[in-house]
Formats: sequence, structure tokens, C-alpha cells
Amino acid sequence: MRSLWEYANPKKFIETSQRVLPAVTWASVACLVVGLIWGFFFTPEDYRQGSTVKIIYLHVPSALMAINAWFMMLLASLIWLIRRHHVSALAARAAAPIGAVMTMIALATGAIWGQPMWGTWWVWDPRLTSFLILFLFYLGYIALWAAVEDDDTAADLTSILCIVGSVFAVLSRYAVNFWNQGLHQGASVMRAGALAGDTEERVSNVFALPLFVCIAGFVLLFVALVLLRTQTEIRARRMRALVARERRG
Amino acid sequence: MPELGKYAATVLSAYGVSLLLLLALTGVSLWRARRVRAELAEVEARTKK
Repeated sequence: MRSLWEYANPKKFIETSQRVLPAVTWASVACLVVGLIWGFFFTPEDYRQGSTVKIIYLHVPSALMAINAWFMMLLASLIWLIRRHHVSALAARAAAPIGAVMTMIALATGAIWGQPMWGTWWVWDPRLTSFLILFLFYLGYIALWAAVEDDDTAADLTSILCIVGSVFAVLSRYAVNFWNQGLHQGASVMRAGALAGDTEERVSNVFALPLFVCIAGFVLLFVALVLLRTQTEIRARRMRALVARERRG
Repeated sequence: MPELGKYAATVLSAYGVSLLLLLALTGVSLWRARRVRAELAEVEARTKK
């Protein structure tokens, strides 16, 4: 079996990712189109939330990916700090704007959904606040990469920032359980009772099935964009190295 | 078009904002990928001379 560390070689990473990228991209487009059309056109209104329940197909997958993107960046940052593989640092850099956009979608759809349901666009609730802080961490992470000229120093500093920000990524997911207060509801799709098959705890399949298709679409879109953007970061790094060598003569 | 009732504006704006952001992210990623690839090819050709 091939070692995972083979892909730490930039050339090998580009070759392999170019091979899998079309399949991942088309699978992502298929899941998103099917999931969103199914959710938007063919699901009923909720008896309490009316047609706003259709926002779940964007809000939940984007919020899930906002947190998971940070965990992917954390893993890649740890690999960089421990093994000094450039591809992992560049993959973390590539994932940050995707995570930031996912967080922005989660915050925007949450506010739009919250207005008619809670009577307010925003409240300083533990989950909402930790998500806003996570978004600010994404912006800080992107800015730090852009501000530091030396790639290795930038990778070191952003990796430390990523480890610190992970506290808020965890809080974003578990804030409701920790403090048990605020307007945002707790987990309903992945609740323990729901997973065990308790129908009282479970989101009805009418809503859950298209939601799972949308989640798959968002996950695949994230993978496709990370692969594409990591290729770009590898090429940009090589270009900077060549230009620097050229200047030195 | 499904019957969205009094929440039509809410639902449509949530979908509009989200799809716009996803398309912008994908578009910018593709545009930058093409630009960097072309620039690298140019630099490589220049440094090989």
C-alpha cells in the first residue's frame, strides 16, 4: 500500500489531485443540484416554521463545513509543525477562504431565518457568538498569510493561530450543550436519540433525506475546492521561488 | 415554483445570498487557478532560457 506521505511531494499531489478532481467536482454538483431541488421544490412546509424550514438545506451543511474546514486546517497545520511538509501548510491556506465563505453563509442564512422565527436578526447567544468569533479567526488567518512575506514563517504563525482558533471551532459545535441557554436550538439531526432510531427525537425523513444529500454536496464541494486551491498555492509558491532565484541572478 | 406563503422573501433571499457566495467562491478559485498556472508557465519559460 502506498504511504499517505507520498502526497507530501508537490508534484505527486498535483498529479493525483488532477486525476480525482473531475469526479469529485461532478459528484458535488450532482448532490447539490439534487439535494437543493429536492429540498426547495419537493418538501412540505413545517407545521411551526412554515416554508422557512427550506433554509435548513443551506444553513446546516454550511455551518457543518464552517467547523469541519477549521478542523481540516488544524490537522494540516499540525502536520506542517511536526513534519514540515509544505503541501499540508498550503492545503490549510487553501481551505481558509472556503471555510470563511461557509461561515458567512451559515451566519447570513441564520440571521435571515432568525428574523421571522425569533423576531430578531441577531442575538448574543453562545452558538451565534462563537460562530462570529470563528469567522473573525478565519479573516485573521487569511490576513496573517497575506501579511508575512516568508512562506515558512507565515505557515508557522498561521499554524499557531489555527490551534488557538480551534477552541472556538469546538465551542461553535458544542456551545449549546456547554451553556444550555440562548435562542439557538441544540443538535436535532445528529442527536443521540435520533441516531438510535427514536422517532420522537428524529427529524422526519421528509426533511432529513434531502438534507443528507445537501450535506454530501457541501462536503464534496469543499474537497473539490481544497484540491483546486491547493494546486494553485503549490504553483504560486513555485513561482515565487523561481522569481526570487531569478532576482538573485 | 413552490408555495412559500408569507415567508417567500425570507426563503428566496437565503437561497440567493448562499448561491451567490458559493458561485463567487468557485469563480474566484477557478480564475486564480488559471491565472497562476499561466503566470508560472511564463516564469518557467523565462528562467529556462
